[in-house]
Amino acid sequence: MTIFNSSAWIVAPIIIPLIGGLLCFLWRRDTFFIALFISLANLLSVTTLLRQFLLFGPLRYRMGGWEAPLGIALRLHGPALLMLLMTAVSGIGITLYARGYFSFRISALKHNNRHEQQERFFWPLWLMLWTALNALFLSGDIFNLYVTLELVSVSAAALAALSGKPASQIAAFRYLLVSLLGSLSYLLGVVFVYKTYGILDLEMLRQIATPGPGLQMALTLMTLGLLLKTALFPLHFWLPPAHANALAPVSAILSGLVVKGSFFILFTLWFEIFASSITANALDLIGLLGAGAVIWGSLQAIRQQRLKLLVTYSTVAQLGYLFIAFPLTATENISQEVWTAVTFMVMAHSFAKTAMFMAAGTIFLQVGHDRIRDLAGIRKSLPITSFAYAIAGVNLIGLPPSGGFIGKWLLLTAALTSGQWHWSLVIIAGSLLASVYVFRVVSRLFLTPDEAIIQECRPHSPLQEWPALFLAIIALLLGLIAPYFSLILETTEIVANLAPGGGL
Amino acid sequence: MTWQGWLLICILLSSFLPGVIIFSLPEDKYRFRTSLNICGAVIKIIFILIMNVGIYYGHSFELRLPLIQGMELILNADPLSALFTTLSSVLWLLTTIYAVGYLEDSPNRSHFFGYFSLCVTVTIGIALAGNLLTFLLFYEMLTMTTYPLIIHRGTPQALRAGRNYLIYTMSGGAVFLFAIVWLQSITGPLDFSAAGFSPRLLDTHRTALIFIFILLIAGVGVKGALVPLHGWLPQAMVAPAPVSALLHAVAVVKAGAFGIIRIILYVYGIDNISSLHLYSFLIAISSVTIIWGSIRALQQNDLKRLLAFSTVSQISYITLGMSMADQPLAIIGGLVHLVHQGLMKITLFFCAGNLAETLGIHKISEMKGVARRMPLTMTAFTIGALGMIGIPPTVGFVSKWYLGLGALALGNWWVLLILAVSSLLNAGYFLPIIITAWFGKQEAHWPEERRFNRFETRLMLLLPPLFTAFVVIAAGIIANAEISPLAWVKFIIREYGL
Repeated sequence: MTIFNSSAWIVAPIIIPLIGGLLCFLWRRDTFFIALFISLANLLSVTTLLRQFLLFGPLRYRMGGWEAPLGIALRLHGPALLMLLMTAVSGIGITLYARGYFSFRISALKHNNRHEQQERFFWPLWLMLWTALNALFLSGDIFNLYVTLELVSVSAAALAALSGKPASQIAAFRYLLVSLLGSLSYLLGVVFVYKTYGILDLEMLRQIATPGPGLQMALTLMTLGLLLKTALFPLHFWLPPAHANALAPVSAILSGLVVKGSFFILFTLWFEIFASSITANALDLIGLLGAGAVIWGSLQAIRQQRLKLLVTYSTVAQLGYLFIAFPLTATENISQEVWTAVTFMVMAHSFAKTAMFMAAGTIFLQVGHDRIRDLAGIRKSLPITSFAYAIAGVNLIGLPPSGGFIGKWLLLTAALTSGQWHWSLVIIAGSLLASVYVFRVVSRLFLTPDEAIIQECRPHSPLQEWPALFLAIIALLLGLIAPYFSLILETTEIVANLAPGGGL
Repeated sequence: MTWQGWLLICILLSSFLPGVIIFSLPEDKYRFRTSLNICGAVIKIIFILIMNVGIYYGHSFELRLPLIQGMELILNADPLSALFTTLSSVLWLLTTIYAVGYLEDSPNRSHFFGYFSLCVTVTIGIALAGNLLTFLLFYEMLTMTTYPLIIHRGTPQALRAGRNYLIYTMSGGAVFLFAIVWLQSITGPLDFSAAGFSPRLLDTHRTALIFIFILLIAGVGVKGALVPLHGWLPQAMVAPAPVSALLHAVAVVKAGAFGIIRIILYVYGIDNISSLHLYSFLIAISSVTIIWGSIRALQQNDLKRLLAFSTVSQISYITLGMSMADQPLAIIGGLVHLVHQGLMKITLFFCAGNLAETLGIHKISEMKGVARRMPLTMTAFTIGALGMIGIPPTVGFVSKWYLGLGALALGNWWVLLILAVSSLLNAGYFLPIIITAWFGKQEAHWPEERRFNRFETRLMLLLPPLFTAFVVIAAGIIANAEISPLAWVKFIIREYGL
C-alpha cells in the first residue's frame, strides 16, 4: 500500500483539523458532523503515522522540500507520536461530549440564543486549537514551536471566554495575558538561541549546543515562559479561575490537553535538545517546585467546596508530578525510565482529567449546581457519570492498573534506586492527599440518601455520559497496554528509509 | 495460551462478568440477579476444583503479562493459592445465598450485589497473584470494591466507618507500595518463590531489608487487623451482616493474613527471616494482637463488635504460626487456621445477622433465652463459639493443637502460655453468651420480632450457618482424612519443601 507509505502523511494531523476548522467557520450548519468526521479522519491519519513509525522509525519531513535553515521541518519521534495519539483519542471524546453538552443546554434551558452562539463558536475554535496542538507536537524547530504555542494560547483563551459570564471573561483575559507573557519570554529565549548558533532546527541544535552564557540565558527565558504556561506552582495562579469558569468541554480541553503542549516543549528542550547544559541545581529547583505543586495543589483541592474548582486544583497537583521527574533524570541509566514515566503520567492525566471535567460538567448541568456538600446520591440518577468520575479519580490517586500507577511506580523506582528518598516521600504523600480529595466527592456521589434529597434528573442524551466513562476506562487500562507504549518510546533509531520527502 | 492460563482467566471472569451485568440490571429483576449470582458462584467453584486437581497432579498454572521493564503481572496458582481460592469461593457462595435472603426487600440491591461480585473477584486475584505487583494491584482494588459495601446503608455512622476504613487502608496501601518498590530496587523483579530472595543481599542491605519487612507487614497488616492497625475493623461492623461476613471470613481480613503468609514464606523465605532475626518481632506483634483483641472483646456488649474484636485476636493465630516458620508444625497450624477461622467466623456472623434480622437483637444483654426462640441458629452459634475456644472435635482445636505442637517442638513456652491465656479469654467472652442464650430467661419482648411461617427465620438465612457449623465439626473429625483442609495444608508444606 504505497499510499500509506508516503511521507506526506506527517502533515495530515495538521491539515485535517485545519480544514475542519475552516469548514465549521464557513458552514455554520451540521458543524458537529464536520467535527466528528474530522476527529475520525485525524485518528486515521495518526494511526497511519503510527504504522509508519513502527515500520521505519522516527520520521523527518521538510515541507516543500526546503532544507532546514530555510524551510519548515516536521519531525515525529516516540513521545510526539504518543501525544498525537492521546490528543486524537481525547479529541474524539471531547467532540462527542461537546455535542451532548450543547444540545442539552440549547434544548433544556429557556430558549436562548446565547447557547446556540456558543456552540457555533466552539467548533471552529476547538478544531483550530487541535490543529495548533498537533502542529506543536510535530514541530521540528524552536521558532515553529513558538508559533504553534501562540496559536494554542489564542484559541484556548478564546474558548475560555466562551461562557460569557463576567467571571469567565476576567479569567480568560488574565489567561490570555499570562499566555502572551509566557510566549514572549519563550520568544526571547529563541532569539538568544538564534543569536548564539544561527539555527533553529532542533536536531541541529542538539548536535552543536554547548553550555555557555548565551544558552544559559536562552534556556532560562524559555523555561520561565513555559513554566508559566504549564502552571507550575507558584506560577499556577491563573489556572484555577480560567479552567473552572469555562464551559465543561472547554475545561476538559484546557486541563486535559492544552497544558500538556507547553509541558511537552519544556521536556523536549530540557532532556533531548539541551540535555548537556542542564545543571543538577536547576533540576532540583524544578523538582522542588513540583513537590510544592503536589502538596499545595492537593491541599487546595481538599479545601474546595465546588466540584469544578476541586478538579482544577487537582490539575495543579497532578502537573507537579511531571516536574518531580526532572531531578530523577539526573542519574545515569535510568533516564529512559523517567521518559516513560512522564509520558505515562501525561497520558493518564490527560484522559482522566478530561473524563473528570466531563463528569463534573454533566453533574453541574443536571443538578444545577456543583456544591460538593449537596451532591449526595447523584449515582442514582447519573450512574454512568458517577462511575466515570470514580474511575478517573482512581487514576489520579494512581492505583493499579491505571497509567498513573505505572508512572508513579517508575518514578518511585527511579527515586529509590538513585537514593533520592525525599522525592519518593512526596510521591507517596501526593497519592494519599489525592485519595482524600477524590473520595471526598466519590463518597458523596455514591451515598444512598434519604429519598427526599434525590433530585430526579435524566441525561438528555447518552453523549453526555458515555464519552467520560470511555476516557476514564482508557486511562484505567492504560497500564495494561503499557508494553506497546514502551515499544514506541524505545524506538529512537531510524529503522528503514521512507520514500524521500518533500514536494507536497 | 495454554488451557491452564485460560482456566485462571475463567476463574476470575466467573464472578467479574456477573458483577458487571448486575450493575446494569434494574432493581426489580430479582430472579435473574439471584440466579446469575448463584450460577456464577457455582461455576467458579467448579473451575477452582478443576484447578485444584490439576495442581495436585503437578500441572503448573501460570499467566504472565509483561507491562514494562521490571513490571510484570503474573497469575500463578500454587497449592497455597488453591487453599485460599477454595475457601473464598465456597464461603462466597454461602454468603451470596445468605445475602439474598438478608437483603430481600432493601433498596439498592443491584449496586450491592455488583460490588459483592467484584469483591470476590479481586480476592481470588489476590490468591492467584504471582508477584508483589500483582498482589498490590488486587489488594488496592479490594479497597475500592469493599468501600461501597461498608457505606451501603448510607447512615452517618456508616459514612464515618467508611472514611476510617479508607484512611487506614489507603495509608496501608501507600506504605505497601513504597516498601515493594524499595524492595525491588534492591532485589530486582521478584516472583513469589519458596526460596525467597538471594541470601547474599543480606550482607549488603541488612538494615534496609529489615525496614522493608516491617513496612511490608504494616502494609498488609492494616487489612489483616494487626494491633495497632485494627481500628477500622470494629467500626466497619455497621455494614449489613453479609458484608461483615465477607470482610471477616472471605475477603479483607483474610487477604491481609494471606499477604502476611506470602511475604514471610514466598518473598523473604524462612531462612532469610531467621538470619535477619525477625521471628521475635513477629511473635511479639502476633501475641500482642491475640491478647489485646480478646481483652477488648471481653468488654463489649454489642454482639457484632465483640465478634470483630474476636476476629482481631483469631486472625493473628495465622501470624503466630508464621512467626514460628522454622518449625513445619507451626506453619501447618497457621495455614490451616486460615480456613478454620473463616468457617467458624462466618458461622458466627451469619447467626448474629439472623438474630438482628429476625428479632432485632444487637446486644448480648438482649439475648437471654433466645435459644428457645431460635434453637437452630443458636446451635450453629454455639458450635462456632466452641470452635473459637478450641474445644475438640471442632476445627478450632486442630489449629491450636498444631500451633501448640510447633511451639513445643521449638521449646517456646512463651507461645504456649499465649495460647492458653487466649483460649481462656475466648471462653471468657463466648461462654457467657452461650449460657445466657440457652439457660437465661426471656425478660422482655424481643426488640423487633418478625415471624416467618415454618422455620425460626427465613430459610435462606438459616441454611448457610447450619452448613458451616456442620463443616466446623466435620472438618475437625476428618482432619486426618485425605480431603480435609489439614491434608491440603500438609500438601502445601510438602510442596514448599519442608
